[in-house]
Amino acid sequence: MTGPPILAVRELVKNYGQVRAVRGISFDVPRNCCFGLLGPNGAGKTTTVEIIEGVTPATSGEVLYEGEKAGAAFRQDSGVQFQTAALQDFITVRETLEMFHRLYRRRADIDQVIADCALEKLQKRDNRKLSGGQRQRLLLAIAMVNDPKILFLDEPTTGMDPQARRNFWELVERIRARKKTIVLTTHYMEEAQALCDEIVIMNEGVIVTQGAPDTLLKAHYKEIILELPEADLEKLPEEFPFHTYRRNGLVEIHTDDANEAITRLSRAGAPLGRLNIRPFRLEDLFLDLTGKELRS
Amino acid sequence: MIQRILAILHARNLEFLRDKATLGWNVAMPLLLVAGMAAIFSGGDRASYKVALMQAEQEINTAAHPYLQTRYFDFIAMDQEEAIERVANHQLDLALDLHAGTYWINPESPGGYFAERLLEASSEEGAWQRQPASGDPITYVDWLIPGILGMNIMFSCLFGVGYVVVRYRKNGFLKRLKATPLRPVEFMSAQILSRLLLAIFVTLLLYAATRLLLDVRMEGSGLALFLVAVLASISLVSIGLAMAARVTSEELAGGLLNLVTWPMMLLSGVWFSLAGAPQWVQQLSNIFPLTHALTAAREIMLYGAGFADVLPQLLILTGITAAFLTVGATMFRWRGA
Ligand SMILES: Nc1ncnc2c1ncn2[C@@H]1O[C@H](COP(=O)(O)OP(=O)(O)O)[C@@H](O)[C@H]1O
Ligand SMILES: [Mg+2]
Repeated sequence: MTGPPILAVRELVKNYGQVRAVRGISFDVPRNCCFGLLGPNGAGKTTTVEIIEGVTPATSGEVLYEGEKAGAAFRQDSGVQFQTAALQDFITVRETLEMFHRLYRRRADIDQVIADCALEKLQKRDNRKLSGGQRQRLLLAIAMVNDPKILFLDEPTTGMDPQARRNFWELVERIRARKKTIVLTTHYMEEAQALCDEIVIMNEGVIVTQGAPDTLLKAHYKEIILELPEADLEKLPEEFPFHTYRRNGLVEIHTDDANEAITRLSRAGAPLGRLNIRPFRLEDLFLDLTGKELRS
Repeated sequence: MIQRILAILHARNLEFLRDKATLGWNVAMPLLLVAGMAAIFSGGDRASYKVALMQAEQEINTAAHPYLQTRYFDFIAMDQEEAIERVANHQLDLALDLHAGTYWINPESPGGYFAERLLEASSEEGAWQRQPASGDPITYVDWLIPGILGMNIMFSCLFGVGYVVVRYRKNGFLKRLKATPLRPVEFMSAQILSRLLLAIFVTLLLYAATRLLLDVRMEGSGLALFLVAVLASISLVSIGLAMAARVTSEELAGGLLNLVTWPMMLLSGVWFSLAGAPQWVQQLSNIFPLTHALTAAREIMLYGAGFADVLPQLLILTGITAAFLTVGATMFRWRGA
């Protein structure tokens, strides 16, 4: 993460008629990092990355790749995995990859890409006969056929089961280890927290906050959270000097002194068998910044 | 650039060749059509007799000679050279020069024999001088087959390409391609080549079938005919691409394509000659590439034209192609609005 940013987004605006999908956002994507674009559905993440990728025209604003207006060089250097993308019928996985492979000057070793994306056994399979996760891996493989310097992944794990998601995360880690820049959009906070070095949180077309996940959390929270099912704590103890919130059937106690809080709960006779202690997460940050739950 | 065109071309060909149902339909439908033609027209019936009069149309006066009053005879004004050629290949039964007292007849034509007997019956002995004009007959099937081949190229090129591009755009495959270095011109070239290969393959197959089954007439240059087919295909694909440049709905694309194909099918002279049609219809028909392709194909197949004879049509087809490719490339969008 040194030197000038690989990508710079300046004052990006996108209106779809009356819908103001992106409302003048600016950010830099540092080199060789995993950059996360976070936000709930409809925040404007896909619109933003598709403008960067050059497939959606911006209403105004500009995108600079290596300091210059993104153009032909950017297309050669970038790899894109769309949130949804159709492929040709009747073509096998390998043939699809070979076709995209031949569109680029820079070319990765196609067998390596197939191995990376765990597609070896599916090479001869018709595109239409892939499961959701397999298809997602093929879309990722297509994005990697040109050994891209910068890789865009739009909600790559949406709809995957937890095991497939973990596998996908490992794959992304391996790619990142090869000194690539990855731009990942997601509405899964734990995904961003697991993968991203740097994040931008978007809501309703604007950036709510940006920075490294840990730094952001440290800056906002000195406390940790104690969670108890509401049923186990119908009434708070008297003399309980902590912020408490009730949401989703849980009582959240925010404190910088967990021992003290637990002692008071225990003295008040609350059952602590189901007590959960956790640090603040990006999800909490988002909720506090926007008043909205992230997952809709 | 060539690499990218070939990549798209190869994938499109695979997709097409493996889509057995569509492929079968693309080959079988025209073959069935030709087989149907063979069944219908192998009898060779006729409704009336046709006699050319070598004089200007306004000078024709049916009172001039009792022969001109014969029922079920059409008398058509025509210049001498054309009239004799048509008698030779059985398109006319007889050609008559009233002033010179000469008539031309093909001694092998049954219609000619009949027309001649009637002429003799309505004239005095020794009033006419008889001139033979020989040649192979041109039947309606001979005339129609170039039309059928052309019509098949038209449907294949317009619908085959138009629908595919619209489907690609609608389902987002074009959007995926847009994120690569592929340029519109390259994409369009690949589509043209892919469809050209198919159209030419099917046309060759049909051509061979019609030669075998129907013994269709072929007098002129095979190479020139091949060029006509190639240019006709490319020009029609270009029109298909221009129509599909922005559309995202298959229904709209279908409507647009029908809007073009139906008038073209009726007015390009696929089924009947436009020679007798009003002037404005003939002029209108000139906007269709198929008209020029069929004119050229018939000149070659029926009258033995060579490359030089059909050069004007080839140039027109090239011009149409260039125009629609320019329009298509300028209007082209990878994704819908
Ligand atoms: N093609 C479009 N036409 C009209 N509105 C759109 C279009 N694409 C996206 N939007 C709207 O723009 C907003 C942002 O959408 P999107 O960028 O897809 O969000 P996200 O990817 O964060 O879920 C949403 O309100 C969405 O309804
Ligand atoms: Mg999205």
